[in-house]
Amino acid sequence: MSRRLKLLAPLLTVVLLLGAWELYVDAGAVSSLVLPAPHAVLASLFTDRAAIWHNLMPTAEEILLGLVVAAVVALAVAVMLHLSSFARTAVYPPLVATQAIPIPLLAPLLVTWLGFGLLPKLVVIALVCFFPMVVTTMSGLASVDPDLVKLLRTFDAGRLQTFWRAELPSALPGLFAGAKLAAVLAVIAAILGEQAGASSGLGYLLTVTVANLEMAEAFATVLVLIAFAIMLFALLSFAERRAVPWIHQRSDTEVR
Amino acid sequence: MISLERVSRAFAGRRSAGPLTVLSEVSLQVRAAETIAVVGPSGCGKTTLLELICGLQQPDSGSVRCPPAALMPQRDLLLPWLSTVDNASLALRVQGLDRRRARAAALPWLERFGLGGFERARPHELSGGMRQRVAFLRTLLAGKPVLALDEPFASLDAITRAQMQGWLSRILEQEQRTVVLVTHDVEEAVLLADRVLVLSPRPGRVLATIPIAVARPRLRSDPAVVALRAQALDALGSGA
Repeated sequence: MSRRLKLLAPLLTVVLLLGAWELYVDAGAVSSLVLPAPHAVLASLFTDRAAIWHNLMPTAEEILLGLVVAAVVALAVAVMLHLSSFARTAVYPPLVATQAIPIPLLAPLLVTWLGFGLLPKLVVIALVCFFPMVVTTMSGLASVDPDLVKLLRTFDAGRLQTFWRAELPSALPGLFAGAKLAAVLAVIAAILGEQAGASSGLGYLLTVTVANLEMAEAFATVLVLIAFAIMLFALLSFAERRAVPWIHQRSDTEVR
Repeated sequence: MISLERVSRAFAGRRSAGPLTVLSEVSLQVRAAETIAVVGPSGCGKTTLLELICGLQQPDSGSVRCPPAALMPQRDLLLPWLSTVDNASLALRVQGLDRRRARAAALPWLERFGLGGFERARPHELSGGMRQRVAFLRTLLAGKPVLALDEPFASLDAITRAQMQGWLSRILEQEQRTVVLVTHDVEEAVLLADRVLVLSPRPGRVLATIPIAVARPRLRSDPAVVALRAQALDALGSGA
């Protein structure tokens, strides 16, 4: 596929979808109190830019901090689970259980315990985001070729040396893959965390505007959230290419 | 130097099939600085034999006495995040040398191995033959008295393999190491080894031990090489 087509194709899809949406609303098939027309959303994006921008800042802070916390915790947990079969047996099943807890149930509880500030949102985001990173990082740690481990053993490498020289670098691509998944989840988690109790943030704005039936502004808020998620994903993809370039490089002379 | 006495090794088989014997009563003596090649059909326990020599496995019965051995696995398994010089000096880093000293120790060897100018290249930038040379150097620099080579050139095309066999023969003449070379290529065994050990299909038993008293460098067209190759193939055929 040509480069130009690659850029134009998704744009064309979006334009077609937006056109269909506009026609659907303009035809009066649905009340604008339920579904605003795209042109109204775009207009709101401009007229309400101050409120949206003001509320984007705390949400962005929560998401970025939450992702960092989640990545650090995920790496530590994955390494622990990888190195200890006892930990794997004892901790992995409860860990899976934490992922099945619906956030709308948990978020009010966290607000009760931790207040209305940054902390309960961080916990929600970290909780949602760390698990995909644990899973992908663990599979990275386990992806080391057994023959490489044998080779290192004949070089007198102990468990720690094998981990440091072979397993940890092999886990980095997994950590990045998990982080890209988590970046998208973090945006949703931030909204859920804020809706349980907050005085600012895009999730708060969403709650207020929906309650006031200001649907155009609510949709504009979502648009900003989408843009933020895409930006985060692109940023992580860029960092991945810089940090673990070898996953995109395959030798053409290699015979398998 | 290396001494295997009536070594047997079995693995748990699939379900009711019972244990799978891969090596049966294999005895083998290797002198210091001798190169011995082990040939045999697939699944005859060649790799198991190497792992016993490297101390990666223990025999079920019999005894293995061997000084420390460094392994060169079948695939190069170079670390994609390390440069040529860092891959080659991996064993030195594992043994506790700092990066500067490990590199300094490896650099003169890269030149000798025809890898000059590729010190900073990543594995994906090297040809198949170059990658095998880096992998061999990595095992050599581990500094063990014994080198255990597991089908080192099996993944290369025929032309590159022939070049690499000539290259390895010259290196082994200069480097007095005890070498156990596992291969399924009888010609490679005859070209490189002082002695060829022929194993039977599973369970692997020693069918023949063929001394190769041909002066180096050996040519594959040399009548003596051709005759010994035929002799080894005959021995292989008798076990089938």
